[in-house]
Amino acid sequence: MNPDLSYVRILPELVLTVWGIIVMVVDPLLPETNTRRSLGIFSFVGTLVALGASIYQTNYMGSGWFDFVRVDEFSIFFHVLICAISAIVILASFEYLEAQQIRSGEYYGLILFGTVGMVLMSSAVELVLIFIALEISSISTYILAGFRRRAAGSAESSIKYFLLGSFATAFFLYGVALMFGSTGSTNIYRIADALRLGQSFIDGAPIVVNFGMAYVAVALMFVGLGFKVASAPFHVWTPDVYEGAPSPVVALMSTGPKAAAFAVLLRVLFGSAISTGSAWFWLVWISAALSMTLGNLGALLQTNVKRILAYSSIAHAGYLLVAFAAVIAPGARETGITAAIFYAASYAAMNIGAFAVVSHFGRSSERYVDLADYAGLGKRSPVLAITLTIFLLSLLGLPATGGFFAKFYVFNAALKSNLIWLTVIGLVNSAIASYYYLRLIVVMYMQEPQAGEERLQLKAAPGLVTALVIAAVATVWLGVTPGQVLHYAGRGARQLLPNVQQSSNIHR
Amino acid sequence: MSGMILTLITFVPLAGAVLLMFMPRNDRALKWTALVISLLAFVLSLHLPAHWSSGAPGFQFVVDAQWISSPNIHYHLGVDGISVWLVLLTTFLTPFCVLISWNSVHGPLKEFFVLMLILETAMIGVFVALDLFLFYVFWEATLIPMALMIGMYGHERRVYAAVKFFLYTMLASVFMLASIIWFYVQTQSFDYITILNAIHSHQIAGFDRAAELLFFGFFLGFAVKVPLFPFHTWLPDAHVEAPTAGSVLLAGVLLKMGVYGLLRFNVTLFPVQAHEHAKWINALALIGIVYGALVALVQPNMKKLVAYSSVSHLGFCVLGIFTFTQIGTDGAVYQMLNHGISTGALFMLLGMLYERRHTYEIKEYGGLATPMPVYSTLFLMILLSSVGLPLLNGFVGEFLILSGAFSAWKWYGVIGTTGVIWSAGYLLWLYQRTFYGEVHNSVNASLPDANGRERLSLIPMVAMALIMGVASPLWIRMIDPSVNDSLRRSATYAAAVSHPAVTTIAASTRGQ
Repeated sequence: MNPDLSYVRILPELVLTVWGIIVMVVDPLLPETNTRRSLGIFSFVGTLVALGASIYQTNYMGSGWFDFVRVDEFSIFFHVLICAISAIVILASFEYLEAQQIRSGEYYGLILFGTVGMVLMSSAVELVLIFIALEISSISTYILAGFRRRAAGSAESSIKYFLLGSFATAFFLYGVALMFGSTGSTNIYRIADALRLGQSFIDGAPIVVNFGMAYVAVALMFVGLGFKVASAPFHVWTPDVYEGAPSPVVALMSTGPKAAAFAVLLRVLFGSAISTGSAWFWLVWISAALSMTLGNLGALLQTNVKRILAYSSIAHAGYLLVAFAAVIAPGARETGITAAIFYAASYAAMNIGAFAVVSHFGRSSERYVDLADYAGLGKRSPVLAITLTIFLLSLLGLPATGGFFAKFYVFNAALKSNLIWLTVIGLVNSAIASYYYLRLIVVMYMQEPQAGEERLQLKAAPGLVTALVIAAVATVWLGVTPGQVLHYAGRGARQLLPNVQQSSNIHR
Repeated sequence: MSGMILTLITFVPLAGAVLLMFMPRNDRALKWTALVISLLAFVLSLHLPAHWSSGAPGFQFVVDAQWISSPNIHYHLGVDGISVWLVLLTTFLTPFCVLISWNSVHGPLKEFFVLMLILETAMIGVFVALDLFLFYVFWEATLIPMALMIGMYGHERRVYAAVKFFLYTMLASVFMLASIIWFYVQTQSFDYITILNAIHSHQIAGFDRAAELLFFGFFLGFAVKVPLFPFHTWLPDAHVEAPTAGSVLLAGVLLKMGVYGLLRFNVTLFPVQAHEHAKWINALALIGIVYGALVALVQPNMKKLVAYSSVSHLGFCVLGIFTFTQIGTDGAVYQMLNHGISTGALFMLLGMLYERRHTYEIKEYGGLATPMPVYSTLFLMILLSSVGLPLLNGFVGEFLILSGAFSAWKWYGVIGTTGVIWSAGYLLWLYQRTFYGEVHNSVNASLPDANGRERLSLIPMVAMALIMGVASPLWIRMIDPSVNDSLRRSATYAAAVSHPAVTTIAASTRGQ
């Protein structure tokens, strides 16, 4: 193998690491007042360079580092998505860091290192490397969650996230170990072969795959990743952690690590465990139905906007898992994966946007995060209100927004696999969900602002406005002309399922 | 031109809305711009009947372009003899909605007209879309502007009414979405005509098994919108709380979307299921006719009275459609237009009264004919049109529907006819209490009569009611071939699957 190409295959990771180290090193050398904006812009540029590097990788697809990483259209899609997420989060953080008096070196450094972990998760095809990447991204987000150091809630959020998160990654590691025990390999594609053929070779000696152990391994990995994507019944941490963590960090951790974890889940379930699909199908089905239902019902009862959005993110993990259930019908698998990838992208756009507005509107120490605080926002700050409305309508799933198309593709895949009940549960849920999203819109436009709120200065900083505009344009763009993104998602999906390609052709 | 005209009609209001957004907050300029744009849309829509190739049952002015390649979504527009009149109804009513909102909007004027114009685009879109996906997009797109219009500009309980309206319709329409996706999964197409042909040539795998569920998916979405008893409870709330223009568009156009959907999708795509379930759907329609009328009779609030009268009148439309007779369906389509004119005008009239006295309570009024003679006369004309007096439009529609109902099953006709009597009862009683007798409330003695702008917005409506009452063939001539085509297709399909109930009715249709 050509060693130079190996480096190209981890180019975005390298870029982000170097950028993160520079940020950490330079930070103490600069006076604190100057660093916030300049390091922010520097980190923003870093994520853009990494994004460019990911696109550059399209010319050099293939595997590297002894088949530990694999650059394919699937990984590039998620690289671009995650780099874009980090870039927008950094843009939206400028003003927040100033308001909260947060030292920027560590903050931006951790975002960059976290991004390294997330992008690596999507290109690693070796379970041990996936685990390491998962830890890199998790540890960064644990710390970031505690960055509002004056608020007790933030520390609580950080500790809670750390304890439960470590527990979950332990589950994942346990699953990896069992998978190794069962198939003799930790490489996703070699596991796939072993599970398909029922036997594998270690140093030329054949071993018989222990399927019982393999099922348990898949289930354990699902538990670990289910925690990361906040799907029920592994979701209980979400509202508390999201409530306490700084809003821009929530914008990041509700989209970036989630997208990365979904990428891993896709790789593990469809890339390697596809032949045991009928075994984990019910796992996914139940988790999807539970996530949608518990998420939406939970959100109905909340009055804190951050908690509403936390429950909504649980529900959205559920919608996304519906696409996974398409595994049951071989002809619909490609549609299912495409739908899941597209969902991850459009969910990222709308959710980052929503949290960016929340972070701006919360002001210093996040005092204004209650529903009642949003009263009259439509009059006081029309631009913020309109962008938040776009994001909420997209989360609600109204046509001409990315959220609608994402839901549409997911249910399309589900009906294609004849999952009528799961579809009905999902559709009824999205109707229930419209109540709490609508409630926020109603409060913004139809209620008078509370006394004394008028003097709140609501002028948005340029960084935030840019971030909001990008997110809003992306949301609408995905809703009006989703063709292009869908095309790339479809190519990624086909890459993930090289052997299904032929069989799906036969089905048509 | 013929390829562009529907696109123009549909999107001129939207373009106008965008234009308004960027205009300064000068009320006068905003009002005139909104009026000019809505009139422009109306003038453009006159192109459709003017260049109509008569006798052709199919879709005309068709435009079909790929919107998204995968999934296969088309920008496919077209109108037939049924939908063309609903488009005209929409473009006809909107300028009047601008006129009556001239001085009566409580809240930011700019947003009000922006919402109204966006709503117009969405409503026209529903009637012209021939791609199921596009149809759904427009269908849902009507929700937000209407809900915001009610919620931002309505009366005391506006937020409650807006949320109720939104949730009811949203919950019902997700089931329609499920049915639409099912069709896409099976046919790889959202195209209405493709799907229709596929069904009628038995090319859709598993259709017979799924048809029942699909029928109910669509039915639920439309029945709530109509609204058919017992799904009507959102309507009185929405009407009472909505601003006048909102009520006019809600009663005039939005409710018609439900009836249109039943006719276009439920009856045409699922003839067998439609016939099987016609009995209880007609029963619900009859309950709606009688129940709506009885509840209207006892309302102390004028606006609520008219709202319940809508439940009753829309019951006629559903009854007409589910008789599966040529005459009944023609009547249903005609009655949709009538109801748009007469109930739209009634809401406008009530809005004018509200501007003067800020109340809809009937007991607050009495003897208004003395201070407001012109207003009272116009009110009477519209009211009689709604009652169904011969020579006015309401009579034609109800007569056709009831003829169809009698030929389908005599009891449909017998019970349905009582609805006409009831409506005479509650409306004439309303008129008596409001306009006749002595002025017992001294405030009313000095109420100003209808002014120039108000007359300008009412006289065309009255004229329309009269023209449609005496010259109905102008309309029926275009409606008839499309209805006939749709019924004949269903009959052929039903004959092929040899469903006894359908074939007998098909035979009676052919006999006419």
